[in-house]
Amino acid sequence: MASAAQPTEREVLKPPPTSVGVVGWVRANLFNGFFNSLLTLATIFLLYKTVPPLIRWAFIDSVWHTGGQGCRQATGACWAVVTENLRFIIFGFYPYDQQWRPLTAMLLLFLLLFISRDRRYWKKSLLYTWVIGLTAMGILMRGGILGLQPVESTQWGGLPLTLLLSIFGLTAAYPLGVLLALGRQSQMKGIKTLCVVYIELIRGVPLISLLFMSSIIFPLFLPEGVTINKILRAQVAIILFTAAYIAEVVRGGLQGMPRGQYEAAEALGLNYYLTMRLVILPQALKIVIPPTVSILISAFKDTSLVVIIALYDVLKTTQSVLSNPKWMGFSPEAYIFVAILYFLGCFSMSNYSRKLEKELSTEEY
Amino acid sequence: MGDQSAAKKPAVPAAPSDEVMIEIIDMHKWFGEFHVLQGINLTVKKKERIVICGPSGSGKSTLIRCINRLEEHQRGKIIVDGIELTNNIRNIEQIRAEVGMVFQHFNLFPHLTILENLTLGPIWVRKTPKRKAEEMAMYYLEKVHIAEQAKKYPGQLSGGQQQRVAIARSLCMEPKVMLFDEPTSALDPEMIKEVLDVMIELAQEGMTMIVVTHEMGFAKSVAHRVLFMDYGRIVEENTPEMFFENPRHERTKLFLSQILH
Repeated sequence: MASAAQPTEREVLKPPPTSVGVVGWVRANLFNGFFNSLLTLATIFLLYKTVPPLIRWAFIDSVWHTGGQGCRQATGACWAVVTENLRFIIFGFYPYDQQWRPLTAMLLLFLLLFISRDRRYWKKSLLYTWVIGLTAMGILMRGGILGLQPVESTQWGGLPLTLLLSIFGLTAAYPLGVLLALGRQSQMKGIKTLCVVYIELIRGVPLISLLFMSSIIFPLFLPEGVTINKILRAQVAIILFTAAYIAEVVRGGLQGMPRGQYEAAEALGLNYYLTMRLVILPQALKIVIPPTVSILISAFKDTSLVVIIALYDVLKTTQSVLSNPKWMGFSPEAYIFVAILYFLGCFSMSNYSRKLEKELSTEEY
Repeated sequence: MGDQSAAKKPAVPAAPSDEVMIEIIDMHKWFGEFHVLQGINLTVKKKERIVICGPSGSGKSTLIRCINRLEEHQRGKIIVDGIELTNNIRNIEQIRAEVGMVFQHFNLFPHLTILENLTLGPIWVRKTPKRKAEEMAMYYLEKVHIAEQAKKYPGQLSGGQQQRVAIARSLCMEPKVMLFDEPTSALDPEMIKEVLDVMIELAQEGMTMIVVTHEMGFAKSVAHRVLFMDYGRIVEENTPEMFFENPRHERTKLFLSQILH
């Protein structure tokens, strides 16, 4: 009897005053118990000790546009190491007067990436746009036609090289990884074995050793006089490496698919290819978006390993600047700048993946 | 529920024709060492409606799953609409397109809208133009009384609605036979009737149906024949009247007493 009256009573009951508002929040989240209160106080103390000096160093006492000499006299950060050497850090040994070309290529790439964000544009025409865009970027970088001065790929470097290695690396590794995952699930023994051996071999060695192999051992097997572009070799190594990891993640997604989905597709008369393309992969790949993006992010950062085969990616160009006596000793500033570049790349990837997950979700009402 | 459906009996006409739709001859199947189906012989005529019942593990689901090769039989013959089921993949795909299947757990494609679920088969297997496939899908959705849900996703529908969509999805392939594998067992009690009603309407239109179910009311009002399976064999087979009023085998009697209370 009493319970029948309760719902109406409950509606008018207000929460006790301590659990709402700023005081309530602080009490519930920062000081709920002795140990947590202690931790909160310790954290506040640490922040007080570190944040104001950091702001002072980075912004208030910093110098932005001076030579090396002015930097030595400054008490704060010497951002001049970045601003004065920006063009070398970004473009490496690309001929100075031609650097508008890689710049245009990069802007073109960002434009394409920006357009591709929106799923409404995911049509055939987008694919053609990419093909045209990539060709244009290639022409801009290489030159040799349309009155552009030819620039050898040995002179490519900096951010364009990093982006080249990662964008091509990721876009080629993803479909290859999916194929490997399907191969590993295959009923055909030969294909299955091949894929298992490939995946386990590649995962069994570090990327560095693959890069070494591609740059030092692989050329030994080529006939006299035949050389393959060094960037291309590094690129292939990155693709092969990343694909093996993606394959394992995708396999996880495939195994998570209920048997009933395969059966329903088969019962409609869909063949293997159509079942995979229309029913299984769209669902399995959606499930594995988070781990896939982790792999893509770490692959993006791993492109910096190409320094060991003497390619000048954006990290290596930064190091070169720092080895100049004029700028020696300002590595924190330079590396913070490079870290920000990498962070922007990684953060936008993970941000985009979250957006995609939300869009593809069909659970909501 | 049984009595209610039984009252509809005169509404279901259409005697089976003489043409053979499915023929199963001495069919055996093993799961590893386990002999699930032990020599099944069954002939299904066009427009015939068969209900298969039996205790769980008796092989009834496996039997109908063999008919569209979701399970592979190891001995004997299965001939569907004149085509024998062999390892020939072309034959299998052809038969699957002609045989519709409704599952216990619906198995709708959760990443596609209801409409896309229905048009997938027609567009990709039958090569129907998209516009026409959508018209057909809407026609069958009307038929299962759910047209207003076409733009939703399966996860947004109730179990009964999902199962009706699954039936419509099969119908869009314009199959010659419909197989139902315990279509109401996963449903909440209040949703069973809406699915059975759709199946009864389908029966009235003369669809050839093989239904694995424990809905005895449905069996009484719709089936031409009821088969009772146990331990991988067809133990008893009769018209619904005779089957329920005068079961011959002890095992059938026991089973009926258990499910009819």
